[in-house]
Amino acid sequence: MADVTLIEAVRLAALQEMRRDPRVWVLGEDVARGGLFGQYGGFVEEFGPQRVVSTPISESTIMGAGLGAALVGTRPIIEMRIFDFVMCAMDELVNQIAKIRYMFGGQAKPAVVVRMPHGIWRNSAAQHSQTLESWFTHIPGVVVAVPATPADAAGLLVSAIRSDDPVLFFDPKNLFPRRGALADIIAPLPFGQARKIRDGKDLTIVSWSAAVPIVEEAVETLAARGISADAMDLRTLWPWDEDAVCASAARTGRLLVVHEAVTTGGFGGEVVARVVERLGPGALRRVARLGQPRVPVPFAPPLEDALKPDAAKVVAAAESLLRD
Amino acid sequence: MSGDNRARLLALYATMCRIRAFEETALAAHRAGEIPGPLHVSIGQEAVATGVCLNLQADDRITSNHRGHGHALAKGAGVAGMMEELFGRAGGHCRGKGGSMHIADFSVGMLGANGVVAGGIPIAVGAAQGLRMLGSSAIVCCFFGDGAINRGPFLEGLNWASLYDLPVLFVCEDNGVAAFTRAESVTAGAGVLARAEALGVAGVSVDGNDAAAVDDAASRLIAEIRAGGGPRLLHATTYRLMGHTSTDPARWREAGEVEAARAHEPILRLRARLLAEGAAMKALDAIEGDAWAEMSAARSAALAAPWPDLATAWEDVQDIGAAQEAV
Ligand SMILES: Cc1ncc(C[n+]2csc(CCOP(=O)(O)OP(=O)(O)O)c2C)c(N)n1
Repeated sequence: MADVTLIEAVRLAALQEMRRDPRVWVLGEDVARGGLFGQYGGFVEEFGPQRVVSTPISESTIMGAGLGAALVGTRPIIEMRIFDFVMCAMDELVNQIAKIRYMFGGQAKPAVVVRMPHGIWRNSAAQHSQTLESWFTHIPGVVVAVPATPADAAGLLVSAIRSDDPVLFFDPKNLFPRRGALADIIAPLPFGQARKIRDGKDLTIVSWSAAVPIVEEAVETLAARGISADAMDLRTLWPWDEDAVCASAARTGRLLVVHEAVTTGGFGGEVVARVVERLGPGALRRVARLGQPRVPVPFAPPLEDALKPDAAKVVAAAESLLRD
Repeated sequence: MSGDNRARLLALYATMCRIRAFEETALAAHRAGEIPGPLHVSIGQEAVATGVCLNLQADDRITSNHRGHGHALAKGAGVAGMMEELFGRAGGHCRGKGGSMHIADFSVGMLGANGVVAGGIPIAVGAAQGLRMLGSSAIVCCFFGDGAINRGPFLEGLNWASLYDLPVLFVCEDNGVAAFTRAESVTAGAGVLARAEALGVAGVSVDGNDAAAVDDAASRLIAEIRAGGGPRLLHATTYRLMGHTSTDPARWREAGEVEAARAHEPILRLRARLLAEGAAMKALDAIEGDAWAEMSAARSAALAAPWPDLATAWEDVQDIGAAQEAV
């Protein structure tokens, strides 16, 4: 066991898998310099420039070449540098990677991991801060992982690298310094299992990625005020742990979903809809979603801070759900 | 020179006849309502796929585009599986889930047609990179049209292949049109070869309606690639005798244009050469007759073949988190 940051945890996870399987390699801009966040630090020294390939700024081809290499039997980790740049590679991701197995009748499984560090981080403004994970849950053919802790990020990355399915792995930029315990041998963590943040009976709070620490803080404040929240981190959005959320919501009758993404069209809507479908319209007394307003992420710190979800907003939303 | 060899010319002739017969048969089936969806045929362009693929080995890979029946057949894809795929039947190479625009036959190294113009270019360079990583000496051949050179992946992919010295033959099948637009009216500069050379990819232009010339040019370029020379580009000029899709009459073409082009179409040209060099007309007729018989049998078989089970619509999406809904 070691106490490590999240970014070190994912570095160790990819390192372990590249040592285990010579077919695993990584391609993306600056990865042979360790990557933008140091998540590939020391890799080129150990594995050489054939398996740690610093590429031109050619997102379409980073994505498409990763796919081509997977079709002949390698297992690439495709690094997008920052999530927002995947917009330059959407054909390769959505029309090619996500479709090829189905469209070709199962002749090939594109075993790629696409890493996309996402979210609001250090006032990077509208083109370097987005959280659009809900888009990708809408695409059949891919797995969507949104971890929030060092152990979860490492375990899910190991699963992603070993998976024959294409896995979209959203590294949470703002949580990279978060510390936590990590096993010396990182075991694969199954997709689709939520992690309990806190047991409670008054309301259910569901979150993922950068919203998780906010919820962790909020549930302590709520507890101090006598409100016991049943809070969980979904960890993956496709597949996602419908059973855990439904079981909790059925008990509490109150459901709050918190995510950093814009509320409108966010995955919170899907969570609520699914719970209502499964439990019936009468099962829930109150429901709410808390995310960003439908505006691009602004640059100025007071504006950015004002719009993003924080613990105080979670507390206020939870308290209002209990007032009926 | 390989093109001087009679057996080689006959092999080129046979493959071109099979592609022509396959596509004419498919067109007839489409008109008869047997084949659903869009169909892009390469009638008139058969020499390009044929001349290039004759120089490929079984473990070499190809990527193709929306007009890919010829590429697939020339690489050795099974005809029954191709015809059934066009018909949407269970025995198609893609189990009826891809259709004409997504034919793939991984068992012969055909990594897929592509419904997105230039979509195969990044895949081809990555396949070459992956093969090298695995210690394979196979090469990758990437077919695309003149329309694809105005998309970003063309620049990215050629730069990439050149940078990493990848064993890729890029084949620009230049039929002068992109859908309903003359390529020259939307393409600036000195053309595909100049663009490739600017990225360090050497290439040659060839009369793409002369199968023997394509064969010669491809064999030279592929030898250079196999010798470790990095990527090459073959620019093959040709003519699309039909419309963009099976339902497009392409009426915008000038009067007499298509008729004039027919005189230069590749099968007639090779046939004339073979006859002039002493081949027996009966032998050539037999090759052609066999091709038509093969394709018409494939059509009947496909028409009689079963549709896919509804359950297969749920299969091969993904292993983890596969949709569970009942139909
Ligand atoms: C990215 C993209 N844009 C547009 C289309 C629609 N489209 C299909 S084929 C085609 C023309 C392609 O021309 P070219 O690459 O020269 O091939 P050709 O049809 O002449 O064989 C177009 C515009 C597409 N499939 N993909």
